[in-house]
Amino acid sequence: MQPYRYTERKVHALFRNIFNLKSSGPIVALFIILLILPPIIPRFYTYIIALMFVTGLLAMSLNMVVGHGGMFQFHHAAFYGVGAYTFALILTKTSLPMWVGFVAGPMVAAFVGLLIGWFCVRLSRLYFGMLQISLGSLIWAIVFRWYSLTGGDDGIHGIPMPSILSSLTSSYYFILIVLTICLGGMYLIFKSPFGTTLQAIRDNPQRCEAVGVNVRRHQLAAIVIATFFAGIAGILFVVLERSVFPDLLFWVLSLEIFIMCLLGGWFTFLGPMLGAAITMALRTFVGIYTEYWTLILGIILILLIFFLPEGVMGLITEKFKGQVTSYMQEQK
Amino acid sequence: MLRVDSIKKSFDGFLAVNEANLVVKEGEVIAVIGPNGAGKTTLFNLIAGQLKPDTGRIIFKDEDIAGVPPYEICKKGISRSFQVVNIFSRLTVFENVQVAILSHQKKTFKLFSPTKGQVIQETSDILNNVGLTDKANSISGSLSHGDQKVLEIAIALGNRPELLILDEPTAGMSPEETSFTIDLINRLSAELGLTILFCEHDMELVFSIAHKIMVMQQGRSIIQAKPDQVRDNKEVQEAYLGDLV
Repeated sequence: MQPYRYTERKVHALFRNIFNLKSSGPIVALFIILLILPPIIPRFYTYIIALMFVTGLLAMSLNMVVGHGGMFQFHHAAFYGVGAYTFALILTKTSLPMWVGFVAGPMVAAFVGLLIGWFCVRLSRLYFGMLQISLGSLIWAIVFRWYSLTGGDDGIHGIPMPSILSSLTSSYYFILIVLTICLGGMYLIFKSPFGTTLQAIRDNPQRCEAVGVNVRRHQLAAIVIATFFAGIAGILFVVLERSVFPDLLFWVLSLEIFIMCLLGGWFTFLGPMLGAAITMALRTFVGIYTEYWTLILGIILILLIFFLPEGVMGLITEKFKGQVTSYMQEQK
Repeated sequence: MLRVDSIKKSFDGFLAVNEANLVVKEGEVIAVIGPNGAGKTTLFNLIAGQLKPDTGRIIFKDEDIAGVPPYEICKKGISRSFQVVNIFSRLTVFENVQVAILSHQKKTFKLFSPTKGQVIQETSDILNNVGLTDKANSISGSLSHGDQKVLEIAIALGNRPELLILDEPTAGMSPEETSFTIDLINRLSAELGLTILFCEHDMELVFSIAHKIMVMQQGRSIIQAKPDQVRDNKEVQEAYLGDLV
């Protein structure tokens, strides 16, 4: 009896600690809106929102190492592509059941993350980033050149999906559910002792070593976790698009998701998601009027760096915090 | 407890530490003094593992720790604070200390249980001890310099060290903050029984709390003795204390 009640109490404490009501209210509301959207809005918007989910998850996974871990992960898209290609190749070139692809995608991405990360964490900041770019580009080159396996720059198209994921609406819901689970997991990690230690390493690696933290080992673990989530994002992309192509692991995409993190707010949790939504909305809606939509993104970025160095989400949390404190002062 | 045997460290041909010797016995409070550039901080960096000595031995509890990485040395029971404020500036004061305790209890790889529920009591105790309780939830980067220096010590305490190394703990502090810190160091030594090794420019502080004093000059250790003997030593007077005595 006791153990059960203890666990129950523990679970309650966990939820109280992690999800306080004030901040979870808007998130639950948003989730419900996202659930009822697809039948109401045009197909095109359903597709765009699903694509925001996928790219947002990728940006979130990048932010685990960049914003929370302080590492120069300059070529994160490589792992996204590895996850997507692994999934696509298993579905098209083997007769293995589909779930193997779902498991293998993130695992292979994380394994490649481990290999590349093992070298990268041995270097300091900027050199870390340089090595990332070169090793990531190497993977891109392999995918691009290995025509017989990957289809080269044509990619692989018309990847078969089971009937349950056949329509756009069903893949939208599938992506939304996987995204929610992933974000939940990421939030737990963000708030866990590991997450706190990682943020401490970002702030001051030297001091972390002085308090007994093996910095490299923690950084490597963070890279493996982040690349695992990037692999999941890669799979979701295939579920949505049913095709893969080398652009998925091109450095331009790495830069784009880097900008999303910056735009949304490095040091916040959900910032990159918001950054992804803003960037993709700009591309979609401004892109209709002018092909120079990146110009507008550029101007926004310049303004951002000068006026909102903490990103959009950073501004929102600051405002929110301010309200809470003033509210508390009134109560006193 | 700690014995430093004629260690040397040079940077590009410049001998920062040259034949330095030091003995620290359990429970002692030892001060290292010397003019600027005498090699005090370098000596501490060598002991705590931030730097590797070129030659010489550093024996801690019968084990040579020269060249061992800092996180390993910390696990063996040596913890240090830094001369220039060296904290986790985006984390709260509470989290700053919490990280050190989590590291000490080997909990830094816990992935799915919230930090909020971990090592609360231990962290609160330390913050209480150093008088930072009311600032526990402030972002540490926004604290005053004096408070940040105290937080420096608090982080170092998080690892429950046997030997605590403090690099100029009162540098840049106001007179009140300094006297509070002196009091804190005395309490740590008396109540927790910590062995403390520190360096300081404030002579009043050094002579009031150190059991023994080691004097360094140009990378060499001149003498290690009780405060009175150091005060009376000719070589020290010529080299350093000058008209202070």
